[in-house]
Amino acid sequence: MGEIKESEVQEPALIEIADGVKKIPGVNAVLGPLNMLVNWGRAGSIWPMTFGLACCAIEMMDAGASTNDLDRFGIIFRASPRQADCMIVAGTLTKKMSPVLRRVYDQMPEPRYVLAMGSCACSGGVFNSYAVTQGVDTIVPVDVYVPGCPPRPAALMQGLIKLQEKILQEQYRWSLWR
Amino acid sequence: MTRPITKTVEVPVADGDGERYTLKMGPQHPATHGVLRVDLELDGETIIKCSPQVGYLHRGFDKIAENRTYAQSLILTDRLDYIAAMANNVGYCVAVEKLLDVSVPLRAKYIRTIVCEMSRIASHLLWLATHALDIGAMTVFLYCFREREVMLDLFEELCGARLTFSYPRIGGVRQDVTRNFIDVLQRFVAEFPMHIEEYETLIDTNRIWLKRTVGIGVLSATEALELGLTGACLRGSGVDYDIRKHRPYDAYDLVDFEVPISDDGDIYARYRCRMEELRQSARIIQQCIDQLPPGPIISEDAPDLVMPLQGQRKVEAGSSTYGTGLIRLLEEKGEFPVGDIYVSTEVPKGELGFYFISDGSGRPYRMHMRSPSFIHIGALPALAEGSMIADLIANIGTLDVVLGECDR
Repeated sequence: MGEIKESEVQEPALIEIADGVKKIPGVNAVLGPLNMLVNWGRAGSIWPMTFGLACCAIEMMDAGASTNDLDRFGIIFRASPRQADCMIVAGTLTKKMSPVLRRVYDQMPEPRYVLAMGSCACSGGVFNSYAVTQGVDTIVPVDVYVPGCPPRPAALMQGLIKLQEKILQEQYRWSLWR
Repeated sequence: MTRPITKTVEVPVADGDGERYTLKMGPQHPATHGVLRVDLELDGETIIKCSPQVGYLHRGFDKIAENRTYAQSLILTDRLDYIAAMANNVGYCVAVEKLLDVSVPLRAKYIRTIVCEMSRIASHLLWLATHALDIGAMTVFLYCFREREVMLDLFEELCGARLTFSYPRIGGVRQDVTRNFIDVLQRFVAEFPMHIEEYETLIDTNRIWLKRTVGIGVLSATEALELGLTGACLRGSGVDYDIRKHRPYDAYDLVDFEVPISDDGDIYARYRCRMEELRQSARIIQQCIDQLPPGPIISEDAPDLVMPLQGQRKVEAGSSTYGTGLIRLLEEKGEFPVGDIYVSTEVPKGELGFYFISDGSGRPYRMHMRSPSFIHIGALPALAEGSMIADLIANIGTLDVVLGECDR
């Protein structure tokens, strides 16, 4: 093994553009399209986890069935949180169920999104009682709210399209230094 | 280069050698139809002990209802059994009508019978779709949802909602049926038996379906009665009990239908019962359409949230009785009986009973629901204990439980 001379080590050609801020010239030409490519891939293959809790789960199933085919958007329901990107919380979240929701959310790999479907998931809905969590956003961060009691399958589709738009606008969520 | 093994994991051997281990299934599991948790004690793959844990969807219906008037609590019944919400609404209305002694016009009775049977079709189709999906037949799911969508579209035309309707009122129904509704429904009913044959072609003699249903989850008539089962679960065990026949409400005593019964008591028998019920539902709807009489759709003394009928109810400006002129709360009627009442109706799952204690105040002192799903989940240990763990999914499916109704 020969010794490596100090002069042979290739240092990246960093340019200081401000005080303490350095960048590789031309790197944005690569990272920008890569960012778009990653976002495009993510937006086109949202795999939601079926977190069917109550009435809205039936409309969620309906959205995945033959009439409103969610497969068109690259959306395939997964039963395991490990394989999912997005959690559709469909229905009333009770206080007994809340720790389970948080645990399932924590099991999902990054990046993860939450879609609150229905009035109960958004805000507790008509159930202002001792047993019901008043909104999923008290437990997990929510990206898209779909109101309705229950929302139609078309409304769920609109919510998923909004989520796709949100994903397409993300900046470098895949990188370590975001 | 081989990776060094640092730690050995003890995996219980599934050969039934007497070593027991526990498994907690749910509450987030795709085959438990909601949020049911089942604690299992297993020996190999055989279930030794099975205890269902409910309450993950408990929303406190009983308590919310105590703070509302009878008319306001109607919307809660939608969210009981959300697959067949119309049947719950009707059950609630029938109970309150009996408590308050309100008569229902004949046309409203017929319309209620139609919508009850429509929701029975929608419920049984969803049951068949998910039950078959759990057992492994994916295609049935797509076929069933195709017809179910027709039902939901019709409901939407009738009252504007697809799933949670609040369409029946105490003393009648909210709106009259349209001409188009009747036409589309008649066409659907005429071709629906053909669709049932389609489902039967898919699974009726399917070898996998037969292997997984015949002789599994057997309950004798005595056991089913002792467990308190109702609906198709009871009729699948050979007990002739249907509230529509034995204590008729609405227009069920005016139409002709049969109650399908099977003596085998296994999952296949319950499946056959429900498929026959679909045919009978189509028959009932056809008869109701043929006999549908003209007339009012809501009783004149209906103490209800209702738009005043043109020329029948005078709305005085500033009158506190009507509030905004549209809504009169039941509480303000001021004359209520004191006592308690239990009225049960036949919903797709079984017997749904409403028990009211009235203290004369316009709000129920206590409202209790005897929900079939809660009782049916209690039968799960009797079905599952001693069977294989793979049959647990089939056993949960055959009971046709909805956790919203179970936990309330």
